[in-house]
Amino acid sequence: MKPLEGVLVLDFCQYLAGPSAAMRLADLGARVIKVERPVVGDGARRLALEGLWSDGDAVNFHAINRNKESVTFNTKDSDDLAKVKKLVAKADVLIEAFRPGVMDKMGLGYDDVHAINPGIIYGSVSGYGTVGPWTRKPGQDLLVQSLSGLAWLNGDADQPPMPFALSLADSYTGVHLVEGILSCLIRRETTGKGGHVEVSLLSSILDLQFEVITTYLNDGHRPPHRGEFHNAHAYLAAPYGIYETSDGYIALAMGSVSRIGELIGSPHVAAHTDESEWFTKRDDIKREIASVLERNTTAHWLGILEPAGVWCSDVYTWEQLMASDAFKALDFIQNVARDGDTELLTTRCPIRFVGEKRTDSKPSPRLGEDTEHIIDEFGLNNTKEELA
Amino acid sequence: MKPLTGIKVVDFGQFLSAPSATLRLADLGAEVLKIERPGTGDICRSLYISDCVIDGDSSLFHAINRNKKSVAIDLKDPESRPVIERLIGDADVVVTNYRPGVASRLSVDYESVRRINPSVVYGEITGYGNEGPWIGKPGQDLLAQALSGICWLNGNADQPPTPMGLSVADLFAGQLLVQGIMAGLLRAKRTGEGAHVHVSLLEALLDMQFEVFTTYLNDGHKPPRRSSVNNANAYISAPYGIYRTSDGYLALAMIAIPALGKLIGCDELLSYENPDEWHEKRDDIKRIIVRHLASQTTKHWLSILEPADVWCADVYTWDKLMRTEAFHDLDMVQKVRRDDGTTVATTCCPIRIDGERYKGGPAAPTVGQDDNEYL
Repeated sequence: MKPLEGVLVLDFCQYLAGPSAAMRLADLGARVIKVERPVVGDGARRLALEGLWSDGDAVNFHAINRNKESVTFNTKDSDDLAKVKKLVAKADVLIEAFRPGVMDKMGLGYDDVHAINPGIIYGSVSGYGTVGPWTRKPGQDLLVQSLSGLAWLNGDADQPPMPFALSLADSYTGVHLVEGILSCLIRRETTGKGGHVEVSLLSSILDLQFEVITTYLNDGHRPPHRGEFHNAHAYLAAPYGIYETSDGYIALAMGSVSRIGELIGSPHVAAHTDESEWFTKRDDIKREIASVLERNTTAHWLGILEPAGVWCSDVYTWEQLMASDAFKALDFIQNVARDGDTELLTTRCPIRFVGEKRTDSKPSPRLGEDTEHIIDEFGLNNTKEELA
Repeated sequence: MKPLTGIKVVDFGQFLSAPSATLRLADLGAEVLKIERPGTGDICRSLYISDCVIDGDSSLFHAINRNKKSVAIDLKDPESRPVIERLIGDADVVVTNYRPGVASRLSVDYESVRRINPSVVYGEITGYGNEGPWIGKPGQDLLAQALSGICWLNGNADQPPTPMGLSVADLFAGQLLVQGIMAGLLRAKRTGEGAHVHVSLLEALLDMQFEVFTTYLNDGHKPPRRSSVNNANAYISAPYGIYRTSDGYLALAMIAIPALGKLIGCDELLSYENPDEWHEKRDDIKRIIVRHLASQTTKHWLSILEPADVWCADVYTWDKLMRTEAFHDLDMVQKVRRDDGTTVATTCCPIRIDGERYKGGPAAPTVGQDDNEYL
């Protein structure tokens, strides 16, 4: 039995943050029903990267919405809204990411839903929280990264602040939403009571920085300084970073600069025996290391450094990674194409339950494809009296 | 009542990945007991950055270990075994992040733990999984990033592969472990069945990249192309990125290029009417925007773009952010305290439950500070 079997989740979200949370709940065994607008549905259905489509929806939509069902209801229509409320009454979890106040206007705010179903776990995603001057700002990933200070940790010192080049605010917020929901489901086993979980992109992207922000809060608010040369972490000393070799790259994590100097045959680098200089002179030291490493191949340097126990590694592209036996051993790719003949490859759930069977995900749903059978299954049709 | 009240966690982890997982469990109400080696304890205690030492421990250690307890136990000493078995027997959750093989040498691997406590949820983080040719590799963040392909997404096209400037593998793996542990706990409450939850840094990094990696898997394996100009996402079209202005910076997300040109008065942009060009000629377009935005202040551009509902923002340092009313209202900072009066300013749990931002709890423990209570 998958851990979340028997848990019913209604996902009212679009794009990435909320739907990625619902995806994880589905990965873990929950039944997830996407509640979408008629005709259009989740905006992510239309948001194709590299012009990639499959069966009328963006390939990324398929990846994010694997293992879900889809119903379409027009919440502005009283008949449909009554159906939605009946479904809400049977759900364990509801997730929404509308701008603050929108669900209330639909009659589906936390208080309304709690009145219908006191045991429900209600998860809300916002950009910047529900109070304060930024609640109207667009909750978009790059903008949140930009306001959060994160971009000053990435890239080299002579560059503008550089965002982390993925939608990390969205994905980390989704992760936190899952955590809050699961914790409340656990509590409900004991208390029978539901709960209200609120996450925001800004809180989550600050949490991503919690170690270095804590440092900043206690070191007299010294701003972070990105390295001038191949920065990899604003707070870490040489040799931490990625270096060019004659045929590729090599990553060096924390280690003794002087010992690495000896190993790579550089008396110059080996002369840096004062550990405090590994941070204060890190750019000079890294340039010295780089001037040695560029003279030989990655394999050559790994052949010297790995046996000596230095924390080092090749630097792979996806292509190189996928060609490795290590990647194959992970068995991390699955096919989620709707039509059995085609192929739509994506990753699996990264959380393993060791010794338990790992099953392939069901394909993502076509817009509204489950509306009829869910109306039947949950008895959502309204009588005249109910509508009156 | 905090949601995980009554859940007992025994944490054998060190550094960031596993301890950041148990931090979240503690935030949500669980009782977390760190098992540390006598004397030195968790090595993270001495991993100083920015010369920031707080009452003998690094700021990193303090950030990661607030709200936990500590007992000092030498796992290699046979005399400590009865205590270990008692603590494991009482636990709902056991967490480790040893290199493969070490946990079984110390008899705290899943099989050993399950024999003592069959319904335990056992959470484990490794670098690269428990099988395959990489199990002996050090499970270190930068090295896992280097192997995962993620460094080819970050930084500009003319830069070497550029790591994400934080320990994102550790952080994401830790949070995925929290998800797995709580899913296992829910099932254990319902069925009494335990679980062995495993997360690797490599799979966590691939999951982080899953959107763009999925694109790669289905586009004929075209390698990602970072932008040469202010790269912000290898797969997103112009103008996506952060730009210099005359006095600072401006972030621009998605907007139609001619519409942007019209708003900022940049005629050169008006001819880019075909959305395909925003991708194919991304760098040319971004260079034009770079030149144009440099001429005026951030405030000037925001005053034009924000009222037009363009997705844009100022780019803040922590200093600037923390002076805003919005940050104050977010309520994400707290002060925690040690018994000796040492205070540490740090962040809070990012998840609000029932309208509450959970705070408080003592500061991170000293090594073995709770020996008397547990041993």
